[in-house]
Amino acid sequence: MAIISRGFAGRRSAADAKLPPGQYLTTDFPVLSAGPTPRISLDRWEFTIDDGSNVLKRWDWKSFRELPTETITVDLHCVTRWSKLNTPWEGVSLDVLLADVKTDLPYGMFRSYGDYTTNLPLKDVMNKQAWIAFKYNGADLEPEHGGPARLLVPHLYLWKSAKWVKGITLMPHDKPGFWENLGYHIYGDPWLEQRYSGE
Amino acid sequence: MNTSMNYLDGNAAAGELSRIFALDITAAEGQCAKCGAKKPFAEAHLYMQCPGLVARCAGCDHVLLRLVNAGRRVFLDVSGLNWLALDTSLQESGR
Amino acid sequence: MTWRAAKVVAVRDETATARTLALAVRDWPGHVAGQHVDVRLTAPDGYSAVRSYSIASAPTSDGRIEITVERLPNGEVSPYLTQEVMVGDELELRGPIGGWFVWRSDQTESIQLLAGGSGIVPLMAMIRSRRSAGSNAPFRLLYSVRQPETVFYRDELRALSNQGDSVVITYAYTRVTPKDWPRPAGRINAELIARGTWPSNLRPSSYVCGPTSFVEHTTDLLIAAGHDRARIRTERFGATGERK
Repeated sequence: MAIISRGFAGRRSAADAKLPPGQYLTTDFPVLSAGPTPRISLDRWEFTIDDGSNVLKRWDWKSFRELPTETITVDLHCVTRWSKLNTPWEGVSLDVLLADVKTDLPYGMFRSYGDYTTNLPLKDVMNKQAWIAFKYNGADLEPEHGGPARLLVPHLYLWKSAKWVKGITLMPHDKPGFWENLGYHIYGDPWLEQRYSGE
Repeated sequence: MNTSMNYLDGNAAAGELSRIFALDITAAEGQCAKCGAKKPFAEAHLYMQCPGLVARCAGCDHVLLRLVNAGRRVFLDVSGLNWLALDTSLQESGR
Repeated sequence: MTWRAAKVVAVRDETATARTLALAVRDWPGHVAGQHVDVRLTAPDGYSAVRSYSIASAPTSDGRIEITVERLPNGEVSPYLTQEVMVGDELELRGPIGGWFVWRSDQTESIQLLAGGSGIVPLMAMIRSRRSAGSNAPFRLLYSVRQPETVFYRDELRALSNQGDSVVITYAYTRVTPKDWPRPAGRINAELIARGTWPSNLRPSSYVCGPTSFVEHTTDLLIAAGHDRARIRTERFGATGERK
């Protein structure tokens, strides 16, 4: 039984009924990272979609930035229990990136510069549910927060929104990525509190 | 290598790892499974502010060890280490 | 390692933003200089936060330890420990932790201590351990701080400097120097290493502690000055609750 620390409340604000279960509201923007911050120059950056054998689509920074973009405001829910509401981003919808991709492979492993990966069903990144975001709050996305570009999938826990994203490998079956293979839930719906595997 | 200096070292993970290792881990020597470097675990680069704890080789950044507190279970991945040699004379004295 | 109850028995301000807490720890097994403890705070709704703090005091047999906590601007735990905590309050801690970054009083070789900011804390435990054990091991301290007001343990270090057969202390100021200081403010460099540390041919054991960037920079300088990497031990401090 833990000793309760007199007068200690931690960083949190008052509980908010609009948050997923077990979350608390934060006003700052915590930086969580599993490794060194990649430094990717824009003339080296690329985003590719492959099927495990062949590259199906490739964009460099110039062609990526010629794609239509959207500005969106979304809520972020991190599995470490903080939530940040109404965050403003600009990015390219995955609907645009996947538009000409003919595949019946239903899953994707999203790969980042560095060694981070996370898996998602393709249907969860289509239909206005996901973006490759390159601006936050009107300014270029900072490296600490995933710049030059990161995945943004707000309806799932934030570990699915891979920072420093560089591509998707399409897969026939769902396979766990970096955190999913070490105890985190394969899907990660914060509203069903799907934090961990096997619970 | 890591110019952002956003890491700590093996000393910072020792309290958490003491739940699993009965012997002191900071002075334990380990070999990186990728580059073969042998160093004390205290010298590993530790990333503690993510959904889990990640220890990386100071030489090549390969993931040596990961730990996740997943509710009822603790997940441990040591596949990035070929071996770890812990000193039996350095028990965690807090037992 | 189990969590133990610790009662705050005294508090002492070191600087405007740092405070030493003296703790009486139930069933404390004793410690070695350089080790740290993890402190856990729990809110009434069960929310908890854990932070590591180096033990500042020398090993004793009275079940008491001291930790020195620096208040971080956006900290979650340090503002509580430096401003809210009162004598009589109870905390939880686990430890002592760490078998690498330690100095044992049976070590006889020359010792070089290099502190960046709050990195002085475990090194002060080593200095105090040396004194209480009656050791004659040659000790030198290079202590880098932003400005004179941020020096921890100032009076105790000054008293040490004035004793013979004791710890030789060199200060380095990175932002603001004392009046008429011979050296302009700036980061530790090769010249300071040459002037303020044991020469490498003495083969000292070195302990470097502070923020990661300080540790990396200072370690590189020691190696460039000819010190053996295997005789350099490091401990990196950082904000574990980084917020941006």
